[in-house]
Amino acid sequence: MRVITLLSRMVAFGLVLGLGAVSGEAQEVVVYSARSSQYGPELVFDAFTKKTGIQVKTFGGNTSELFERLKAEGDKTPADVLISVDAGNLWNAARAGLLSRVDSPEIVANIPAHLRDPENRWAGLTVRARTIMYNTKKVKPEELSTYDALGDPKWKGRLCLRTSSYVYNQSFVATMIKRQGEAKTEAVMKTWAANEPILINGDTKILEAIAAGQCDVGVTNTYYLARIVAKDPAFVVAPFWANQQTTGTHINISGAGVTAHAKNRANAIKLIEFLTTPEAQQMFADHAFEYPANPQAAVNPVLAKWGKFKQDDINIAAAGEFQAAATRLADRAGYK
Amino acid sequence: MPQASDAGRVFTARPASVSPWVVAAVGIAALVAVPVAAVLSSLTSPAVEIWVHLWRTQLVELTWNTARLLAGVGAGTLVLGTALAWLVVHHRFPGRAALEWALVLPLAMPAYVIGFASLGLFDFAGPVQTALRRAFGESLRLPEIRSYGGVTLMMVLVYYPYVYLLARAAFRAQGGATLETARSLGRSRLVAFLRVTLPLARPSLVAGAALAMMEALADFGTVATFGYRTYTEAIYRVWYGMFERIAATQLASVLLLFAFALILLERSSRGRQRFTQGMRRGPATMPLPLTGWRAWAATAACAAVLTLAFLLPVGQLAWWGIEAVREGRVSRDFPVLLANTLSLAALAAAAACVFAVVLAYAGRLHPTRAVQVAGQFASMGYALPGSVIAVGVLLPLAWLDHGAGALLERAARPTGRALPHRVGDRPRRGLRRALPGREPADGGCEPHPDLPILDDAARSLGAGAGGVLRRVHVPMIRGGLATALILVFVETMKEMPATLLLRPFGFNTLSVEVWERTSEALWHEAAIPALAIVGAGLLPVILAIRWSTRDTRGR
Repeated sequence: MRVITLLSRMVAFGLVLGLGAVSGEAQEVVVYSARSSQYGPELVFDAFTKKTGIQVKTFGGNTSELFERLKAEGDKTPADVLISVDAGNLWNAARAGLLSRVDSPEIVANIPAHLRDPENRWAGLTVRARTIMYNTKKVKPEELSTYDALGDPKWKGRLCLRTSSYVYNQSFVATMIKRQGEAKTEAVMKTWAANEPILINGDTKILEAIAAGQCDVGVTNTYYLARIVAKDPAFVVAPFWANQQTTGTHINISGAGVTAHAKNRANAIKLIEFLTTPEAQQMFADHAFEYPANPQAAVNPVLAKWGKFKQDDINIAAAGEFQAAATRLADRAGYK
Repeated sequence: MPQASDAGRVFTARPASVSPWVVAAVGIAALVAVPVAAVLSSLTSPAVEIWVHLWRTQLVELTWNTARLLAGVGAGTLVLGTALAWLVVHHRFPGRAALEWALVLPLAMPAYVIGFASLGLFDFAGPVQTALRRAFGESLRLPEIRSYGGVTLMMVLVYYPYVYLLARAAFRAQGGATLETARSLGRSRLVAFLRVTLPLARPSLVAGAALAMMEALADFGTVATFGYRTYTEAIYRVWYGMFERIAATQLASVLLLFAFALILLERSSRGRQRFTQGMRRGPATMPLPLTGWRAWAATAACAAVLTLAFLLPVGQLAWWGIEAVREGRVSRDFPVLLANTLSLAALAAAAACVFAVVLAYAGRLHPTRAVQVAGQFASMGYALPGSVIAVGVLLPLAWLDHGAGALLERAARPTGRALPHRVGDRPRRGLRRALPGREPADGGCEPHPDLPILDDAARSLGAGAGGVLRRVHVPMIRGGLATALILVFVETMKEMPATLLLRPFGFNTLSVEVWERTSEALWHEAAIPALAIVGAGLLPVILAIRWSTRDTRGR
């Protein structure tokens, strides 16, 4: 055991040293990105290097992995920037003291307030809308209105959902709690559960199930549909923008923050500022069919066909604040 | 009994000091005891508020789901495994020889792999149901596969070989005599089987079913993919979703009670096993040649099981794998994943075998009560679900981390040096790995030929206890050791929940990759890592097949 510990420490130490040496050079910025494992290398970093001469080094991993890694590395971390998906994750990172406050007028000007940490420790870069999806052959858009209305008994057995423990659903319920309070949210979730939703563990699979007729409506992120539609324009599923007459469609973000112990802090801020500019935003969001966080940037043509929609403008930090409450609420409501 | 064995062990009697072998044996047992004790100790200080939440929301469902899954897998494997063994041992039909060994192949397939492959094939939007709807109309509905029935079927299909292998061995050991005697007394073949063959083989059958149920209890990947809530899935969900370590531990303690029940079941059946094995072997079986449709029905039944449990899922994986390669969706990290998996499995296998040899040898040198208890206790590891061990290992290490951390921090403060975090991070992996595979290792590593004279001869020639072990026993049990190594190696490669919970940051293995991809329903991307795991799993299966064919030839 002791030998293993020793060996692993040597390896870990070597890793830190190695990375440290690399990041010690002048014009660099080291990014821990939870996006890269899902979307591949980001072309936008090349554009940044071209423009500024600053090299971008990325290390991919999933969200919780990068979080744990940052935490374990403490002030030895080679990372300057953390890019993560889901606002709840960024909120957790900020609360754990892994991110530092950045006062940049440019970021504030580019990114709407509800997509930023109230204390400016992280900012949204792309917006992912989680809305109602329906089978265009079986459902008329007039039959749909709000998320709450999916609890209507007419959808019994016709609804496909992901489990409540899925992070985007946790954030969804969390922002709902912030909007409507626990009691109202729980009542809504109970009506969802009463409709005996078919639980499928993948947004893409839900869309396929809707298209195949297993269910008629569902709730997924729009970029999953965009990826399918880009290949198959005849796909019989379309998004319905939920809650347009009320609070707006639920959105989540992928976003970035400067780490608390960044060695290249100035470069890190420069990178995030660049990522919020319209030109970078377009590349960034286009690549994965997301919506840009900066309203000035143009959206992908596939998305443009679905029209503009009103976003829920409650501060997305609620996703983290109410995450634990959301999990428990879903348990109580019987939404698995 | 002590006198008798002590007489043959003059050189080992050293009453004055405690032998290092005993210390090591007790130490290994303690290592297994720590996670168990940690999990159990959480029962003494229940977090009432969390229990209330769990009770109100899911405890009943989790218990019911876990219990009926175990019952279904137990019954299903018992019926399927026994029926297939009965067919291949006591009958002749086309393809019997090939099917007899091919029916062991599903053992190479982790349940979570057949799970997602079958989900891809038989899901509503999958190719099978889509084709059926096209042929028979849009309103056609098959039973939902994401259900109790679906999960149970998946597990029965991959775990029935446990029963099959043991039943086949038992039927062969009985030979044809018992069956023929019963028949000569006027019983039909079926009645003779039910009233004579089966009761005699009962201990083996129960042991096989108990093993299958232990696997089902420990499974995490399948139930999570199918959205079927059990304790293993809940532990993971509570640990990561709510960051409620205490609640996760409390759930683990309940899961542990299930595991204890299965251990009792299996141990009691093992106790009775003498009953079969003690019997004198009768003449070889006289298989009944099946003719006409019966023969083909037998072939078809065996082939159908093999297809559903192995050929179809492997074919689906291969298809996805090819598509993934063609579309460039193969993870660039694959070589790293493979290297991580292999090194982890090798470390675990080596540790498990060393532990097992030490335990067995200590038991041979000092057959005292303490060592025996230590041996039995340590061999319990194989029945403990990975999630229980993970939670049980993390808790004490967290205490250590905090305790030692605080202490060191105080000492280090004057120099202003920061502390390396997570003192215990790496050893967790190695430790956990060493536990589950203990049982097969025990069987293989135990210095077997019970001839104390060997020890004495070697000792009289001047070898120490360690020398005897190294130069006499280890060479003699080399074959068994190799087998044990392979078994633990493969078990480690397959293991999922403990690897997920215990791995240090950034350390991914093939099974972790399969989990991450399948939890997002990215089945194409999961196919190649899954195939690699199945490929490795074939190793011990082929070994098992080789022994059993050797057995057959020998008879």
